[in-house]
Amino acid sequence: MKIVVCLKQVPARDSLLRLNSAGTWIQETDISFEVNEPDIYALEEALRLKESQGGEVVVCSLGPARAQQAIKEALAKGADRALHLDDPAFANLDSFGIARAMAKALDAEKPDLIVTGLQSDDFGAAQTGVILAELMGLPHSTIIMAIEVQGSAIKVKRELEAGFFQFIEMSLPALLTIQSGINKPRYATLKGIMAAKNKPLKKLGMADLGLSAADLAPRQKFTRVYVPEKRSKTEFFEGGGKDVAAKLVDKLKNEARVL
Amino acid sequence: MATATATPQTLIKGGSFLIEDRSPDEIFTPEDLTDQHRLIGQTGREFMEQEVLPHLDEMEAKKPGLLRELLRKAADVGLCGSDVPQKYGGLELDKISSIIISEEMARDGAWAATLGAQQGIGILPIAFFGTEAQKAKYVPKLASAEWVGAYCLSEATSASDALNAKTRAVLSPDGRHYVLNGTKHWITNGGIADVYVVFAKVDGEKFSAFIVERAFAGVSPGAEEHKMGIRGSSTTPVNLENAEVPVENVLGEVGKGHLIAFNILNMGRLKLGAGCIGGAKHLFAEAVKWAKEREAFGHPIADFGLIKEKLGEMVVRIYAAESMCYRTTGMIDGMLHGIDQSAPDAGRQILKALEQYAVECSILKVVGTEVLDFVTDETVQIYGGYGFSSDYPIERVYRDQRVNRIFEGTNEINRLLITDMLLKRSMKGELGLIPAAQRLRDEILGAPAFEEAGEDGLLADEARLVAGAKKIVLLVAGSAVQRYLQALADEQEIVAVLSNLCMDVYGMESALLRTLKKARSTSEDECATEIAATRAFVYEAADRMESEARRALGRISEGDNLRAELAVVRRFLRRNPPDTIELKRAAADRAIALNRYPLIEPR
Ligand SMILES: Cc1cc2nc3c(=O)[nH]c(=O)nc-3n(C[C@H](O)[C@H](O)[C@H](O)COP(=O)(O)OP(=O)(O)OC[C@H]3O[C@@H](n4cnc5c(N)ncnc54)[C@H](O)[C@@H]3O)c2cc1C
Repeated sequence: MKIVVCLKQVPARDSLLRLNSAGTWIQETDISFEVNEPDIYALEEALRLKESQGGEVVVCSLGPARAQQAIKEALAKGADRALHLDDPAFANLDSFGIARAMAKALDAEKPDLIVTGLQSDDFGAAQTGVILAELMGLPHSTIIMAIEVQGSAIKVKRELEAGFFQFIEMSLPALLTIQSGINKPRYATLKGIMAAKNKPLKKLGMADLGLSAADLAPRQKFTRVYVPEKRSKTEFFEGGGKDVAAKLVDKLKNEARVL
Repeated sequence: MATATATPQTLIKGGSFLIEDRSPDEIFTPEDLTDQHRLIGQTGREFMEQEVLPHLDEMEAKKPGLLRELLRKAADVGLCGSDVPQKYGGLELDKISSIIISEEMARDGAWAATLGAQQGIGILPIAFFGTEAQKAKYVPKLASAEWVGAYCLSEATSASDALNAKTRAVLSPDGRHYVLNGTKHWITNGGIADVYVVFAKVDGEKFSAFIVERAFAGVSPGAEEHKMGIRGSSTTPVNLENAEVPVENVLGEVGKGHLIAFNILNMGRLKLGAGCIGGAKHLFAEAVKWAKEREAFGHPIADFGLIKEKLGEMVVRIYAAESMCYRTTGMIDGMLHGIDQSAPDAGRQILKALEQYAVECSILKVVGTEVLDFVTDETVQIYGGYGFSSDYPIERVYRDQRVNRIFEGTNEINRLLITDMLLKRSMKGELGLIPAAQRLRDEILGAPAFEEAGEDGLLADEARLVAGAKKIVLLVAGSAVQRYLQALADEQEIVAVLSNLCMDVYGMESALLRTLKKARSTSEDECATEIAATRAFVYEAADRMESEARRALGRISEGDNLRAELAVVRRFLRRNPPDTIELKRAAADRAIALNRYPLIEPR
C-alpha cells in the first residue's frame, strides 16, 4: 500500500504571537514551529497501516526551507521518503493553491491512500485535504476516527456531531482527513533520527510541477488580522423573574441579535 | 561519529581559555544545533512525558520491576547506547547529542541517576577499556538494557578519597580467579544491576577494576538506602564476600584502575552539569508560570520587582552555564572528530580527548549543579508555602537536586581539581600559564599601556572586562604559586578562589562569544535579551571576582606588595557598571512573556 501523508509545519502552540506590520498575519521571525498536531495523528495512522499492510509511506509538505524540520521528523518516525514543495512563489498560498500544487506532485505518485490532518492549527480552514481529493478525482472522507483495510477497499469511522458516528466503505485510492486523538503517536527513536538523514527527500518547485503563478493565484485573502477586542460587558437585570426574562429576550433579540 | 555537527573544527587546548582569545566563530553554541539535535531533544522530552513522569510516585514507592522496565524502554529508543560504538549495539552519537539527552532526562533526578548509571558510568568503562571479548559479552546487553549496570567506586570510608579503597582482590592459588572481599557503598542501581564495575586493590595495593556479575558466587547487594531525595532510584551497598571473579574479567590492567575511575568521571561530570542546566530550564518554566498565576495584593506576583529579580537572575545564570556547556561539548566533539570508533583502541582515544577537557568538565559539574541549586531554591521561594508542600512538585525537586553537589566528585573536590589540573599542566609545559603570568608581571611593572581606548562595537566594554578578568586569574595564581610553591595544596581556600575565578572567566567569555555569534547571524534587536543577560553576568562576575581576588590576595600578600596588587586588580576590572536591575528585569519580562526560559527555543 502506498500511502502519502500531507504534513504542514505551523507556529508552535506556545509561541508568543505578534502581528506583522501590515496587520495581515503574524510575524514569523522569532517564533518556533512544529508539526501540525492533527498531521501527527495522520502520520501515525499511515505508519501503522504500512506496518500491517506493507508498502511505503511518503510525506509531502509545502512550505519554506524551515519545513524540512517537520519533514525530517516524519522521516525519523518511519516515513520512507519525502516530497518538499518549496518555491518562493508558494509563499502565501490559500488552501486551493496548496492543494493544487500538491495535486500536481501527487498525481505522479499514484498513491493508494492519502491522509491529511483534519485541519491546520494555524488557519483552521479544513479545506486543503478535501480540495486535493477533488482535484485528483479521488473519493474522500473527513474527521476519520478509525480505518480498517478490507482487501482493496477500506471501511472508515467518521465522527459526526453529538456523539454519533458514521461508518463508510470506500474504494481505493481515496483521501482521508484524520481527527486528532485517534491513536497514540510514536516518538522518533534515536536510530530513526540517524536513519532519516539518508532517506530520499525530493524538492519540487513551481516549474517542476508545471505550474505558473496564475495557476496558484489565491482566491481568498486576509485583509486584516487582529487580536480580539475586549468587549466583555456584564449587565445585571433587576426585578422579578418575569420582568427579567422579558428584558433578557429583548436584549438577545435586539442587541446581541442571537434570537 | 554518526552525526555531523556544526562543530567548529579548530582544536582548542583544554584550559587555554585563560590565556588565549577565541573568536565567536570558534565556539559551538546552542544556536548551532542541527535539526537532528533538535529531534533528539524532542524524543527525549516525549519519552520523559510519556514514559517516566507519569510513574514518579510508583518509582518513589519502589514498585518492583519498574526501573528495569523503564530502562528497557529507554534502550528501545536508543537512550542507553548513545555513547557506545555501533559495533556493540550503540549509536555513537556526538557529545552534543549526549548532553541534549542529559538535559531532557534531568526533569526527574531519580530517573536521571538511574539512566546515567546505565548508559554512562555503567557501560562506558567496559566499552572504553574492555578487551574485545569483554565488550562483545557485556556492552550489547547493557546497551539494550537486557542487563542493568552499576559503577562501584565508593566505600563507606572512602569516596572522595577513592584510591584509598579497602576492598581487596587476591589471586586464587590456581590463578583462575581473583577473590574479592569488601563492601562498596552508595551504588546507584545497586539493587537492580546484573553487572557491576568494581574497583578493588589487588593484594591491598594495586588499585584495579573488575567486571563482576551479580550471578557470581559471593556477590550480593545490601538493603536500599533511605535518602533525602532521588528516592525513586536504587542506591545500595554491594557486598563482596569471597566473590570469585574470573581473571578474564579484570578490566584494563592490574594496578591501572585509577585511569578508568577518573577518566570515566570526566564524561559523568559533563553530563551531570548538562543535566542540571537542563533541569534548571525545565524548573524555571514552572517558576514563571506560577509567578504569573499566583496573585497577592491584587497583582500576579510576577509583577513584583523582587520576583522579577529572581527570575532575571535565574535567566542570567542559566544562560552563562548553558553557553559554557555547549562550548565545552563542541570542543570535545571537535577533538573526537575522526576517531574510528570501531578501532580496538578507540575507547582510549575518546577518553584522552575527554581528559584534555577535564578542567572544563569539572567546571561544568560545579557550575551546573550550583545553578540548579540556586534555581530550585528560588523556585521554592516563588511557590511560597506551596513550595514547601509535598502535594506540589517542587518539594521533591528540592530534595532530589541536593545530591548533585555531592556525587560525581563533591563540588569541593572538583574545585580543588580545577586549580590542581591547571597548575600541573602548566608545570609540565602543556599549558602556557607560567609564561603568561610572567608576561603579565612585566606588563604591570612597565608603564601602563593605552589599552583602555580599545575598540567600539557590540559588547566591546564587556569584552575588555573579560580580557581583564583573565589577567586577574593569572595575577592571583602567579602570586599564590610564588608564595606557597608546592604547599599551595594546603591553602585550600585559595585554591578554591582560583577555581571560582576560572569559572567566572569561562562563564563571562562563553556568554559573550555566544551572544556575539548570534548577533552576527541575526540582529542586535533579536538578541536584546541575550545582550542583557550577557551584560548582567559579566558585570556581576566582575564584582565577584574582585571580591574573591581581594580575599585571596589578603592572605597571600602584605604591605606594599598587597597594595600594588590590589591596585592592579582594580585597574584590570575597571568598569562603569550598567543598571543590572534593569537588565535582569528585561530578562525576566521576556521569560514572563514566553512562559519559559527565553534564550533557547523549546524542543
Ligand atoms: C545517591 C547517591 C548515589 C551515589 N552513587 C554512586 C555510585 O553509583 N557509585 C559510586 O562509586 N559512588 C556513588 N556515590 C558516592 C558519592 O560519589 C560519594 O558520596 C561522594 O563522592 C562523596 O564521598 P563521601 O560520601 O565519602 O564524602 P566524604 O568524602 O566523606 O566528604 C565529606 C565532606 O568532606 C569534603 N572533603 C572530602 N575530602 C576533602 C578534601 N580533600 N578537601 C576538602 N574537603 C574534602 C567533601 O567535599 C564533603 O563536603 C553516590 C552517593 C549518593 C549520595
